Amino acid sequence: MKAVIIGTTTLIAAAGLGLYTWNVSQNATQIPCGDTAVASTAIGGPFELVSETGETVTDTDVITKPTLVYFGYTFCPDVCPLDSARNAQAAYLLEDEGYDIGTVFISIDPDRDTPQVVSDFTENFHEDMIGLTGSAEQVSVASKAYRTYYRKQDGDDEYYLVDHSTQTYLMMPDTGFATFFKRDHTPEQIAEITACFMDTAT
Amino acid sequence: MKLNTLIASTFLLLTAPAAWAESNITVMHPAAFETAPTAMAGGGFMHISNDGDTDDTLLGVEADFPRVELHTTEFTDGVAKMMHVEGVPVPAGGMVALEPGGYHVMFMGLQGNPFEVGETIPATLIFEHAGEVDITFEVVERTMEHNH
Repeated sequence: MKAVIIGTTTLIAAAGLGLYTWNVSQNATQIPCGDTAVASTAIGGPFELVSETGETVTDTDVITKPTLVYFGYTFCPDVCPLDSARNAQAAYLLEDEGYDIGTVFISIDPDRDTPQVVSDFTENFHEDMIGLTGSAEQVSVASKAYRTYYRKQDGDDEYYLVDHSTQTYLMMPDTGFATFFKRDHTPEQIAEITACFMDTAT
Repeated sequence: MKLNTLIASTFLLLTAPAAWAESNITVMHPAAFETAPTAMAGGGFMHISNDGDTDDTLLGVEADFPRVELHTTEFTDGVAKMMHVEGVPVPAGGMVALEPGGYHVMFMGLQGNPFEVGETIPATLIFEHAGEVDITFEVVERTMEHNH
């Protein structure tokens, strides 16, 4: 009798373990590179913006390798430099490990952010960070493609502020959107997850 | 006793600008990050402690720029919204941090005069009770160590 009970318990335990393992493996295939992957919705896509040298460029000119894409504005003294420095730091970490990664800053404040201003701003964080701006229409199209939000605050013509999304997107040149990062992701986390996506892609 | 009184008086003298108001303000590490050459704005950060027994409020900052304001940043669903605040509370016996991602001093109208490492920015903090407190922001390099 005792043997039967033990046997049954073992069987249930084994079944439970099997189910658990199956669940884990299911999750593992869905989220191979950390906890930020989301269901593949259409994030990213064609855009036309203005480069740091004043030339019109498209998404295929800009995203020629795995790239971290961030939307912000240079008048913002706090959040945007913080996030840009973080992304640059992640890029440096990846480069140290031999990964070829790009970083892009897209201005959502084209009235004040001229190509020169954006160029100076990005140069401060990483020598290869690409700064993009454009006409109000061009920036709007790019922002919509990435489903980001921005809204100029009322009340001041010169020193106005702009509310904006703070996600950073990992974009692949061939397959597009891979994942996104929130503000509280560290440079180390971004580097690790990005490296995982780049390893998986090759 | 006399010695104690002397020490106490000296202490009062040293902290004179704030002591009379029963709010004893100390400002630590006032710093601003370097900016790009064409930057239009820069942020100032510091820690403020109040060793007094009266709650105080930082009402404003004066410095030699077209506009200087106290701001904070709120995050909702990943959207950052920067806002002008009328005051930053510094509770009695407490401390407030003006640091990246939260309260900060916003220096506006830098055009042509960026913050460079090693430069200093004299400023006056205006408190509701402690009155005016002169401080000097040090311009520092933006490294990840400063980010919280």
